[in-house]
Amino acid sequence: MHTTSAVNGANYLTYQGKYRGLLGWILSTDHKRIGLLYLYSIATMFSIGVLLGLAMKFELLAPGKTVMDAQTYNATFTVHGVIMIFMVVIPGLPAVFGNLMLPIMIGAKDVAFPKLNLLSWYLYVFGVVLVLIALFFGQGVPDTGWTFYAPYSFKSGTNLLPAIFGAFVLGFSSILTGLNFLVTIHRLRCPGMKWTKLPLFVWTLYGTAWIQLLATPVVGITLVLVALERTFGVGVFDPALGGDPILYQHLFWIYSHPAVYIMILPAMGAISEIIPTFSQKHIFGYKAIIASTMAIAFVGYLVWGHHMFTAGMSGTAQYYFSLLTFIVAIPSAIKVFNWISTLYKGSINIQTPFYWAISFIFVFMIGGLSGLVLGSLATDIYVHDTAFVVAHFHYIVFGGTGFAFFAAMHYWFPKIFGRMYDKAWANIGWLVFTIGFLALYSPMFYLGMMGMPRRYYDYLEEFHGGNILSTFGSWIMVTGFVIILANLIRSARKGSPAEVNPWKGKTLEWTVSSPPPVLNFDKDPVLGEKDGPYNYE
Amino acid sequence: MEEHIHHVEHPDMYDPESSKIGMWLFIFTELLLFGGLFLVYSVYRYMNADAFHLAAEELNTTIGAINTIILLVSSMTIAMSTTALQKGHKKVAMALVVVTFLIGFGFLVNKYFEWGVKFDHGIWPGSEHLINNMSQGEILFFGLYFVMTGLHALHIIVGLVIMGFAIRGINNGKVNAERPSLLDNCGLYWHLVDLIWIFLFPLFYLIT
Amino acid sequence: MSEEKHHIVPYRLYAIVLLVLLTLTFASIGITGIELGAYTVAGALLFAILKSYLVLIYFMHLKYDKPYIRIMVVFVFAIFVVVLVITMLDYLYRV
Repeated sequence: MHTTSAVNGANYLTYQGKYRGLLGWILSTDHKRIGLLYLYSIATMFSIGVLLGLAMKFELLAPGKTVMDAQTYNATFTVHGVIMIFMVVIPGLPAVFGNLMLPIMIGAKDVAFPKLNLLSWYLYVFGVVLVLIALFFGQGVPDTGWTFYAPYSFKSGTNLLPAIFGAFVLGFSSILTGLNFLVTIHRLRCPGMKWTKLPLFVWTLYGTAWIQLLATPVVGITLVLVALERTFGVGVFDPALGGDPILYQHLFWIYSHPAVYIMILPAMGAISEIIPTFSQKHIFGYKAIIASTMAIAFVGYLVWGHHMFTAGMSGTAQYYFSLLTFIVAIPSAIKVFNWISTLYKGSINIQTPFYWAISFIFVFMIGGLSGLVLGSLATDIYVHDTAFVVAHFHYIVFGGTGFAFFAAMHYWFPKIFGRMYDKAWANIGWLVFTIGFLALYSPMFYLGMMGMPRRYYDYLEEFHGGNILSTFGSWIMVTGFVIILANLIRSARKGSPAEVNPWKGKTLEWTVSSPPPVLNFDKDPVLGEKDGPYNYE
Repeated sequence: MEEHIHHVEHPDMYDPESSKIGMWLFIFTELLLFGGLFLVYSVYRYMNADAFHLAAEELNTTIGAINTIILLVSSMTIAMSTTALQKGHKKVAMALVVVTFLIGFGFLVNKYFEWGVKFDHGIWPGSEHLINNMSQGEILFFGLYFVMTGLHALHIIVGLVIMGFAIRGINNGKVNAERPSLLDNCGLYWHLVDLIWIFLFPLFYLIT
Repeated sequence: MSEEKHHIVPYRLYAIVLLVLLTLTFASIGITGIELGAYTVAGALLFAILKSYLVLIYFMHLKYDKPYIRIMVVFVFAIFVVVLVITMLDYLYRV
């Protein structure tokens, strides 16, 4: 009986099956190859999004027009948002690391529906193409903001239909990934892998998958309604015909708030893998992290109105949403205590993933605490639609999902590519990036409190100093990103061969070869009573 | 050797329960998709109760009722077909699915005529008659009417397509008592279409 | 690999469920004749809920499936209802 790795001595990277070369990748239903396809696509879109962000920061280097006029600036922040939200941070960790690692972590050969998995990636690519069509053809680049607020979204003369359709298709990709992961986790766990022995990354993917599944359809139908409004004038959000634009906002945020939990839950899951490994200690409060994960996933559906405090909702609604927003902060905070407590009396191994994890906790906390300022009605009125909000969500999404993505990348890299990166350069990259990040976004808190509005290409002279610092920060951060990227790309091809378990992790992916064999395991794993993740005795 | 490699790359992962849960999860997305529209309906109904009453008079309750009845019957026939398949009665199963298909098609024909009558009366989204002669509440009612019944009809079409595959599968033996998932899941999807209509019917036709 | 074979649902049971569904349908049409004012919606929805319950439990097989699927279905409807109620908090209390 052949073992999988002996079929032609190949791992999933080098294996040649029915198709060869590039076809063997874009027609592959192997979850690991699909994970890499997502990694390369998402990295590409992220880089484009970064360039757009740099362009915005460059415009904001000085008051008045610097390099672009208002219309161009509006289009730039719209596309920046659409790319970063729908093409980077929402697919982000689940599509890349979920695909690469989930089946291995639960002892399975692949996900439940491998062909559907490939379809998810095709839909992602199709969605990207549709949005690109909106940019390069038609009446002008969309300028509504990624939030597509009515009534402007159906009045704007720019080429919105392909962008809306693209977002819809991307949403469908997300739904199918969530569906696949849910069935995988329910049905494909190896013998002995009980729910209470699942690694925390898997638990967060589970919670995330429910959100992907249930929340995305709501933005789907909302986008359809906007498209119908543009085409047929149905009237659903048009005040002239009796529609309520605030209803659009309700529908939009009913998805888009849970969406931020799609972004952050897997990030927290990855950090929950890294901290125990680099403390060589069992995670503190495994069950508390599971409970808080599911609590965040559920309560996250109930707070969307905190994006709409100044829109014109009733007072009752405002009170209610503010209260729930404070409540949802609690399970997130619990996790931070769990991570710190894990470190206490652990045997700390200071490596690149650990640096990323620690800085994640730092920036995530700042982002989260600034969220409380926004969640409180009295203070939100003051800072809504200012640079303060921009700082908040970049801290929490970029600092949260982004840092966790880099952390996960540097953690699982040896497993994925079978090679180790240059650790010195990885650490330098981290340091430069983090310094740049802090310089880029910290001034925005202050600028927002002083009254600088967001989504404006111009500002008052008194905001000039803060903006200069912020723009310089963007250049430092991008330098760090280039260092990180160059190191990873070079090491994937020429790095020194990695061991099976370089970080001494305890989850199943660290028991298979680096890179893993095509069907993940030579022999189906079986978990005994005493086995489990993080069992550092 | 070729076959072995193929087998290595694509192990047979058929698991009826996974298949069933997969379909249920997809159904959940459809429930939330239409849920968004029901939410819009609820808000505007609350804000324009009288106008909605008035506008609903324009709809033909008899045709709506007929559609409701035939859809319920078709739900029964496709449910029965799963029983037939499990008993190994291939021809009965086929016949039942074909009947379901024909009923579903009949539903679409009814809808075609119903909408035709509306268009004849000058009522469609963005029409002059609608904009100039009707109150805002009525405009919203008809906007929602066309969007929701239209989206529902689209799902009927999808259901018919899936049924086509199920019929083919039963015919060539690939869908059978040991491997019933395509038919079972087709049935689940059809019941979903029925469920949505169960709510659409009273909310649009019975609020006079 | 497959679950325990649930018992095969007899044709008769499906036919009976259909009869009940049709009865409920006629009843829901009938009560529109009665002037109920604000409770018309509630009445119409009540019948719709009863009918959906029957479709879910019998036609869609939930009665014979493992409990966790039923739990998921309840959960999904619950989420929808909760979101609807919260949204109405805005519209019900606008001045």
